[in-house]
Amino acid sequence: MKKFMFVNRKAPYGTIHALESLEVVLIAATFDQDVSLVFLDDGVYELLKGQNTKAIGMKNFSPTYRALDGYDVEKLYVERESLDARGLSEADLLVPVEVLGSSEMAALMAEQDVVLSF
Amino acid sequence: MLHIVNKSPMQSTALQSCLRLAKSGHALLLTEDAVYAATQAAADKTGIATAATRMKVYALLPDLEARGVASKLAAGITGVDYAGFVDLVAEHPNNQSWL
Repeated sequence: MKKFMFVNRKAPYGTIHALESLEVVLIAATFDQDVSLVFLDDGVYELLKGQNTKAIGMKNFSPTYRALDGYDVEKLYVERESLDARGLSEADLLVPVEVLGSSEMAALMAEQDVVLSF
Repeated sequence: MLHIVNKSPMQSTALQSCLRLAKSGHALLLTEDAVYAATQAAADKTGIATAATRMKVYALLPDLEARGVASKLAAGITGVDYAGFVDLVAEHPNNQSWL
């Protein structure tokens, strides 16, 4: 089993990156790999509560983050600096995460077999 | 003149360039990922709070709702729907999209 890390750095809906990442995460989970997700920079916006995409005619994929534990994807990490820079806190997020500082995040990244960036 | 910005203030310099070159009395409409700039948490840092004192600032409601920030709109910013977007374009003699 390899350690796969998915690094998410883009806000949802404005680009396709966030949704594409989620698709690949689910595929990796199907192959029984050790999967973790990291949310950095604007990627933290992917996890904001209360998303309602009805009026923009796009799929609201944010509930999928809550379903990840059903696929044994339980490691979600959010960088504290990225939350702080946007005036956000853990309470604004729709799923339980582990909040890490930059240096802890760097260490986690360095120990992966594969890092995929979105 | 109407200025339109659609990029996140944290990942692009589009908003900063717009604010540098937009004249007082102009209008600014934030759409797509630019709407994060209009939230209470970001309005000071992104310069939107200051901009709102010298120009009319709007944010597209469908994009605020999609991103879960419609209830966090900063003071002095007006939410508009798609019909409001069309009205803004029609009301101003010209417009610029800061891509």
